[in-house]
Amino acid sequence: MAAPELISEPTPKPIHTISLFVHNKPGVLVRVALVFARRGYNLESLVVSPAAEGQFSRMTITCTGDPQTLEQIIRQLHKLIDVVRAVDHTGDAAYQSEIALVKVACGLNDRTPVLQIAEHYNAKVVDYGPESLMLRIFGSSEKLDAFIELVRPYGLRELVRSGKILMARGLRET
Amino acid sequence: MAIRRVKMDEKQVTGAQKLVQGLEREGVEYVFGLSGGAAIPIFDALVDSKIKLVLVRHEQGATHMADGYARATGKPGVVLVTSGPGATNTVTGLLTSHMDSAPVIVITGQTITPMLGKDAFQEADVTGITYPVVKHSYLVKDVEEIPRIVREAFYLAVSGRPGPVLIDIPKDVSSAPCSAPFTDQVDLPGYRIVGRGSAKSIQRAADLLARSKRPLLYVGQGAVISGAHKAVMTLAEKLRAPIVNTLLGKGGADETHPLNLGMLGMHGTAYANKALEHCDLIMSIGARWDDRVTGKVDEFCVDAKKIHIDVDEAEFNKIIATDVCILGDARLVLEDLIPLVDMLDTSEWLRRCSEWRKRYPLKYPRRGGLRAQLVLDRLNDITQGRAVLTTDVGQHQMWAAQFCRTTTPRNWITSGGAGTMGFGMPAAIGAQFGRPEADVWAIVGDGGFQMTQAELATAAVHKLPIKILIINNNYLGMVRQWQELFFDNRLSGVDLEGNPDFVKLAEAYGIKGIRIRRAADVTRKLREAHAYRKGPCLVVAEVAKEDNVYPMWPAGAPVTEMLVEAPKHKLEKPRGST
Repeated sequence: MAAPELISEPTPKPIHTISLFVHNKPGVLVRVALVFARRGYNLESLVVSPAAEGQFSRMTITCTGDPQTLEQIIRQLHKLIDVVRAVDHTGDAAYQSEIALVKVACGLNDRTPVLQIAEHYNAKVVDYGPESLMLRIFGSSEKLDAFIELVRPYGLRELVRSGKILMARGLRET
Repeated sequence: MAIRRVKMDEKQVTGAQKLVQGLEREGVEYVFGLSGGAAIPIFDALVDSKIKLVLVRHEQGATHMADGYARATGKPGVVLVTSGPGATNTVTGLLTSHMDSAPVIVITGQTITPMLGKDAFQEADVTGITYPVVKHSYLVKDVEEIPRIVREAFYLAVSGRPGPVLIDIPKDVSSAPCSAPFTDQVDLPGYRIVGRGSAKSIQRAADLLARSKRPLLYVGQGAVISGAHKAVMTLAEKLRAPIVNTLLGKGGADETHPLNLGMLGMHGTAYANKALEHCDLIMSIGARWDDRVTGKVDEFCVDAKKIHIDVDEAEFNKIIATDVCILGDARLVLEDLIPLVDMLDTSEWLRRCSEWRKRYPLKYPRRGGLRAQLVLDRLNDITQGRAVLTTDVGQHQMWAAQFCRTTTPRNWITSGGAGTMGFGMPAAIGAQFGRPEADVWAIVGDGGFQMTQAELATAAVHKLPIKILIINNNYLGMVRQWQELFFDNRLSGVDLEGNPDFVKLAEAYGIKGIRIRRAADVTRKLREAHAYRKGPCLVVAEVAKEDNVYPMWPAGAPVTEMLVEAPKHKLEKPRGST
């Protein structure tokens, strides 16, 4: 399933991907969010999910901001008692994935190009209504970006993205 | 909504009793607190304990007492307050302890768990409010967690880089029966404490030192906390390297030693700052390159090699990019470093340092009324580094830091990072509880003193022999100094017209009061206060209204812009923070 090259313009600020392994306790998310907010970092996406070990959770965060500040943010995250591990995966050869649901408001007669794009990107139609289509697509965030820009002119109505998840390859720890 | 009532058999204890047992296990002698509805079960449990409760008059006072106790002894100070406003009144104290790495445990009562988040009477989301100013915090939802949480809280407060830990306990939790046992183990996989530094980085530091002609040891509070003061002096003597210390690093190195140039930074000694300007290597020993020290970061020691020893990895490259970072406990790192270094040829460098010392001595005007500097200079003659000195923040603090030379660790207690007015007097109370034999002097301004002056009652009722020296210029002096120098002397919000007669105020509390008006009386009256041990003694020095702290370099300026005395020209507004 080969996606075409990225079409959209590259974003001006680098997007960083940080993986956190944290205690599953109330308040952890607030503590983590405060580290970013205080230093002017904007969270682009945040995925929290249970880890293999029940008392821990995973957080995968993508964010934009000054790269020099990121080193400080990682260290401040490390300092949080409830954070067991904080790893910056930016530039790593980690496996990354994201899922998106896309609602396109197009009538029965106008949807052929949308369905062609969907087929090419291996997106699945999950809701087929008379006035709209819902498409589900997964893959790299860049692939999702490209797909969304392609269908946008055909009446992009709603967009929900899961946020990026990521895992280090081989036996390296995420 | 009813509180769940559980029948308890006679041997069972409540969460509150378990908490107090936990405090006893941790060796707590004193709890500084103020009671209230949500904390009544805990105060009740204290009745049967050997732990002494010190009832304060305002919760902020309790936090500063615990902080002063902690910094004077190295042991954690404990605060107990109620929910809502009782808890929010501890926020300033938490910030103070957090910024200055003081081990403090703050226990707050909380409304019952079924009412959390429902705007119950005296409910405040205290863990939420305090996240940014604690090392860690707990909201206890299950009574069986109390033994573990108490152990963890004390472990976290004192270990690594110390700091405040908050425990918020709902009233139904503290009232419920608790059967969980105590353990000595803590299981905190996200918490790492460092000890010795890596041999490789220590060797690299030794190599840089060996090539240095003009080294400077820059000593911070990390040296005090880790007990590195002896190692600092050994290293300095072995290298023949001069020392400067930060405001909080006073006591990390003997300030009366010929190699010690005293405090550096915005109001540091001119010779310490000259050494900073001209060194070719600067080594931080538990100091964090604070903005009071670096001034303009881009121009800070541009040509000098920089070594940084710190127990907190997050301090590395936060402000200043360094050549070598050594993650470890300051004392252990120095002990490993000392055998790797040899005496350096610093004769020329030391000669220049002593020239600066001669050319730019600390000085002050002798005319124009009683001078605060003179009072503190004389106090230094009397205490000679042997007393515990605490301060507030402002002009009196800087003058005290300049003139009262500290020789031993834990004898200098000041609010540095937070710059909290009202810290000094309650901190002295805490220090005196922790070290009953010590002479404890609180050096405060008339502004800061009035923020926590209610604690005079606490000092009086316990007959604590603390001495409170109010440097009274009837102004918020440091701000007035800035307005004079940078804002065309347009004074705004600094005149403390309406100050009470502080001697009469002392008498109202049954406290001995002494007033100093003339320079000729200073030594005699300070001696009188120093010798007085029957209870607190309040000394008011009525000093010149308009005096400025020099040396000074404007915030955000490089060290080359240091003013050794009053400027002849008009100054630009500072570029840096406050």
